[in-house]
Amino acid sequence: MDLILDGIREAFRIMASGDYSVWEIALRSVIVSGTATAIALLFGIAVGATLAFNEFPGRNLAFSLVNTGMGLPPVVVGLMVAIVLWRSGPLGDFRLIYTPTAMIVAQTVIAAPIVTGFTAAALRNLHPQLRSQLYGLGASRLQMLWLVLWETKLPLLAAVMAGFGGAISEIGASIMVGGNLAGETRILTTAVVLEVSRGQFAPAIALSLILLTLIFIVNLILTTVQQQERRS
Amino acid sequence: MSQPKLSLEDVRVRLGKAELIRVPHLDVLEGEVLVIVGPNGAGKSILLESLALLHRPRQGRVLFEGQPVDGRELALRRRMAVVFQDPLPLRRSVADNVALGLTLRGVPRSVRRQRAAHWMRRFGIAHLARRSAMTLSGGEAQRTNLARAFALEPEVLLLDEPFSALDPPTREDLLDDLSVALRETGVTTVFVTHDRAEALRLGDRVAVMMGGSIRQVGTAAEVFAAPADEEVAAFVGVETIVGGRVQSLADGLATIDVGDAVVQAMVPDLDYGSEVLVCLRPEDVVLELAGLDSHRTSARNHLRGTVRRLTTVGGQVRVVLDCGFTLVAFITKRSLEEMNLKVGDEVVASFKATAVHVIPRGT
Repeated sequence: MDLILDGIREAFRIMASGDYSVWEIALRSVIVSGTATAIALLFGIAVGATLAFNEFPGRNLAFSLVNTGMGLPPVVVGLMVAIVLWRSGPLGDFRLIYTPTAMIVAQTVIAAPIVTGFTAAALRNLHPQLRSQLYGLGASRLQMLWLVLWETKLPLLAAVMAGFGGAISEIGASIMVGGNLAGETRILTTAVVLEVSRGQFAPAIALSLILLTLIFIVNLILTTVQQQERRS
Repeated sequence: MSQPKLSLEDVRVRLGKAELIRVPHLDVLEGEVLVIVGPNGAGKSILLESLALLHRPRQGRVLFEGQPVDGRELALRRRMAVVFQDPLPLRRSVADNVALGLTLRGVPRSVRRQRAAHWMRRFGIAHLARRSAMTLSGGEAQRTNLARAFALEPEVLLLDEPFSALDPPTREDLLDDLSVALRETGVTTVFVTHDRAEALRLGDRVAVMMGGSIRQVGTAAEVFAAPADEEVAAFVGVETIVGGRVQSLADGLATIDVGDAVVQAMVPDLDYGSEVLVCLRPEDVVLELAGLDSHRTSARNHLRGTVRRLTTVGGQVRVVLDCGFTLVAFITKRSLEEMNLKVGDEVVASFKATAVHVIPRGT
C-alpha cells in the first residue's frame, strides 16, 4: 500500500517540478498522436466516403478489411512499419526509423482503419436520399461531400476520439519503430514501460496520470461539442 | 403550342438484369404541370430522377430545351429544383435550410435572405425561421422543403410524392399552397404521385406509368375518362370527368355549368365563377329509359342522354352516354336485359349531388 501511496505522492511532486522531462514527453505524445489522428482522419474520410457511397465489386471485402484493421495488433503494425523503414528496407533511404516520423506512420496505420470504419458506418447511416436531395438542390460533388460530413460530424467526432485514443495508448509499434530514445522518441507509453522495468514506479505513475488526464481532456472536449450539437 | 423544356428519348434504366424503366419518348412542356401517376413500384421516382439528372441512364438521352445534357449536368441541375417525399432538412435553422440551394449557387447573402424570407412567408413558416429544422413537424418540414425549392426560382420543378407521408388535413393545406404557387410562378413542373386526386388537382397533363413504362399521356379528363387499356382503367378507376364553372351557390349546393348541361353538387368553400372539374363514379349513376317521367327521387341530377356504347366488363355493363358531355355508368347485365337497352336509346341518368366529386381548378 505504501508503494502505491508513496508512488502517487512522488508522482505529483515530479509533475510539479518537471523532473524526468515528463512534460516534454507528454508534449511529444500529443504531437505524434495528434498528427497521426489528423492524417488518419483525412484518409478515413476519403476511404470511408468511397466505401459508403460507391457500389463496386469487392466492396464487402473492403469493409471486412477495414473492420479487421480496426483491431490490428500494434506490435504487428510496428513490425510491418519497422521492416519498411529499416535502413535496408524499401524506404530505408529516408532514414526514418527511430524518429518521431516513424512513430507517426505507425500510429497512423493503427488509427486509420478505426476512423475509416466509423466514418463509413456514419455515412452509410445517412438517409439514402440525402445525397440525391443535395444534388437536386444544385450541389456539386464536393459541396455534397462537405454537407454530408457536416451532417455526420457527431459520429465523426466519435471517430476522432476512438482514433486518438487508439494512437496515444498504443506502445508496441512506437517502441519498435521509435526506439524509445530519450529526448527524441520517448513518449508517455514507452516511458512508462521503461520506468516500470527499472522499478521506478513514481515516474511511471506520474506519466500514467498525465496519459489518463490527456485522454480524459480530449474526450471531455469532444463530448461537450457533441452535446452542444445534439441540443442544437 | 409550348416547346419541350425537358425530354427523354429512348431512356432505359436497369438494375442488374432487371429493366426498371423504359421510356421511348416523353416531353415535359414549357410552363406545364405534368403529373406522373401510377402505383407504387411503377418506376415513377426513377423517371423523375432521370429528368432531374440525378443519374445518367445507361441507355437513351435526356434533352434540356432540345439539347442533350451531356457534360452540363451540374449547370442544368442548378436551373432546376427537386422536392422529395422526405423533407430531409439539414441540422441548421429553417431559414438556412430554405436558403441552402442559393448558398450552393453562390448567391449573395442579401439576395439569399430576401428570397428565403419571401418564400417562408408564402408557405407560412416565417415564424419558424430561427428554429432548428430538426424540430419541425412533418407538415412544417415539407413547407420548408417547398420553400427551399421555390426560393431557387427554378425553371423546372420536380416533385416526388411530396405529400404522401402527411395527414389528410395538412396535405390539403399544402396542396392548396402549392397549387397557388405553381399557377403564379408558371414554373415547368413534374409532379409524381400515386394519388389520383392530386393528379386531377394539379395536372395540366397526366402521364400514367405502370411496370416501368408510360402507358398513356393526356389531359386529366382524357386519361381518366378514356383509359388506354384495362390496367390503366383499373388503376385510375373509370370516371366521368368534365370541366365546368360554378354558376350559383346556395346552402353548399352548387349549380355547375358543364357546357351543354348543368350538374348540381355539394361543394363547401367554392366561389361563384370558380373553374372546377366535375367527377362522377360510374357506379353512382342510375339509368332509366327516357319518357317514363318518374324522377321523384332524392337525386338532384337527372340528365337526358343517348347511349353511345355498351361494353361488358366482368359482370357489369359499361354504358357510355352522350349527355352533352361523355358520362359513364355501370349497370348489371340483368338491368340491361330488363331495360332492353341498345345503342342509340334515349335514357335519363340520375345521380345525387353528394355523389359528385368537385375539384377546384386554376386557383
